[in-house]
Amino acid sequence: MTQAQSPTPSPAIRLQNVGFRWPSARHETLALESLAIKAGERVFIEGPSGCGKSTLLSLLTGVNRPDRGRLEVLGRAIGELSGGGRDRFRSDHIGVIFQMFNLIPYLSMVENVTLPCRFSRLRRERALSRGETLEREALRLLEHLDLHDAALLHRPVHELSVGQQQRVAAARALIGAPEIIIADEPTSSLDAPRRTAFIELLERECRAEGGTLLFVSHDPSLEGCFDRTIRLPEINLATVNG
Amino acid sequence: MPILPLALKSLLNRRFSALLTLLSIALSVTLLVGVERIRMEAYNSFTNTVSGTDLIIGARSGQVQLLLYSVFHIGTPTNNLSWESYQELAADRRVAWTIPISLGDSHQGYPVIGTNQDYFRHFRFGDKRQLELAKGRPFDGVHEAVLGAEVAAKLGYQMDDAIIVAHGAGKVSFTQHDNQPFKVVGILRRTGTPVDHTVHIPLEGIEAIHLGWIGGRPMPGRQITAEQALNKDLTPNNITAAFVGLESKLGVFHFQRKVNGYRQEPLTAILPGVALQELWRLIGMVEKALLTISGFVVVVGIVGLLTALLTGIDGRRREMAILRSVGARPYQIAALIIGEAGFLTLLGALLGMALLYILLLAGQPLAEAWLGLYLPVSAPTLMELALLGGVVLAGLLAGIIPAWRAYRNSLADGMSIRL
Repeated sequence: MTQAQSPTPSPAIRLQNVGFRWPSARHETLALESLAIKAGERVFIEGPSGCGKSTLLSLLTGVNRPDRGRLEVLGRAIGELSGGGRDRFRSDHIGVIFQMFNLIPYLSMVENVTLPCRFSRLRRERALSRGETLEREALRLLEHLDLHDAALLHRPVHELSVGQQQRVAAARALIGAPEIIIADEPTSSLDAPRRTAFIELLERECRAEGGTLLFVSHDPSLEGCFDRTIRLPEINLATVNG
Repeated sequence: MPILPLALKSLLNRRFSALLTLLSIALSVTLLVGVERIRMEAYNSFTNTVSGTDLIIGARSGQVQLLLYSVFHIGTPTNNLSWESYQELAADRRVAWTIPISLGDSHQGYPVIGTNQDYFRHFRFGDKRQLELAKGRPFDGVHEAVLGAEVAAKLGYQMDDAIIVAHGAGKVSFTQHDNQPFKVVGILRRTGTPVDHTVHIPLEGIEAIHLGWIGGRPMPGRQITAEQALNKDLTPNNITAAFVGLESKLGVFHFQRKVNGYRQEPLTAILPGVALQELWRLIGMVEKALLTISGFVVVVGIVGLLTALLTGIDGRRREMAILRSVGARPYQIAALIIGEAGFLTLLGALLGMALLYILLLAGQPLAEAWLGLYLPVSAPTLMELALLGGVVLAGLLAGIIPAWRAYRNSLADGMSIRL
């Protein structure tokens, strides 16, 4: 799969008339008329829990496919890809940071960071083009995220603080420069000063790597840190109930 | 496949429970293959209780019955074989050697057989092994005895001890041939066959102790001492059976027909190997039951593996979601689990075999000394390899269930991490 490396003016994400219903639900959880996010944008997607954020993320990452409408990520209609095709697309082009417990406990910090390169050749090649080895590129990212302390590197990952764990997760999402970084409430387990510091680090790195950042949270106070805010309840036409 | 090193590290992370699972599989494999090996060796040793003997000749009866009394000294012969017929058959040009045996007496419950020195020369058991003397020499005089290893060990006899032969085969006998004691001149090495349980004396000795007996009872006032007996004619009138070796195996069936159609008296000739296999079919059920039970132990081991994997799955949902988020495909998640099951059973099988060989090496002398069972430390047989393959396959199949669940979970959970 060959992809244009330079950021294109075309939108990173475009949705039109997209609807999705979970197999167990009676009504659609998500119904969006139109949504577009430009490449390189840093967007805050805000909404209380249950407003369809997780559903939107599952569609954007290709875990689920929309029941109707058109969903394009990086110009690809990913709903039309096969299951394996969507998995490959996700591992090549999307980095994900979860709310908490992002790390695999039996892998070292560097192994956790280089994990996506095991599954995506594209990201491995990109990482290798930046650093000489995957380990060096991981260390470079960790250093950018203020985790360059040698003592930290050799500690089991579950001994790291939550903030440190989230920064390792950020490095993992960033390695191999995926076009889109999705952060799903990554700061909810951090206190306020660390929260801002984490977001600043993440923004800076996304800008440096040229990625599009989708930051999802229920916390409206974070909105000032981003280029643009999308209030999901305002655009989701589905009658949402949990 | 990028997932395999991860599977290994994940397993190492859960090394304690993995080790227990591994151990239970290894032990069940040791048991299964061990039982199979003992079963095979028991079969081999049983069907080779007599080897190298082409035919056993006795009075007309069924082949298992003749085998039982002539080889295992169980039961009593319906009739005898006359010395004249024995002499005539033994003189046939196809016959290479014969061993006459005469039964009916016992010593403390152990059968006493009368025979001649050809017994020590021609009798073979197991893999054509010859009888060996642990101590002493074959009998030579009329009142000399050679003991089986078990008889000597259980009753604590030494060389030159005197033993009294009792009339009849029971442990408690009211008529003792106590006027003519026998001197122990030899003790045989252990064979793992009925020979171990037997007291051997010369045919002439059997005749001597029955001098003055009529109709199976001693005549009062006609007791004869050993010295007096030696002056009498001790040629037997009858023997119980004869082991026959032929010059050529090709003549076996022809000679068997001659014996079975013998005019002077009704006789039966059996092929001991065939009769032993027929007998094994009767008593071999026990071994089959044993193998079945150890098969169930393996099933328990596999169920243990299944339990460990299944309980692990829910605890590892987060791990699976993280792997999915970095691009692992659902089938790779499933492969992670099946790979783990396969790896554990394969390693368990190898460990179990290693344990078996250690036990064999350590237990071989004990098994031979106590059970008379020779357990060779040899390469696994095809049957054993098939059993091992079956175990690993069962492990892989057991892995399908948790793998399917992990696969379903990873599809349903998607990107969300559930705790």
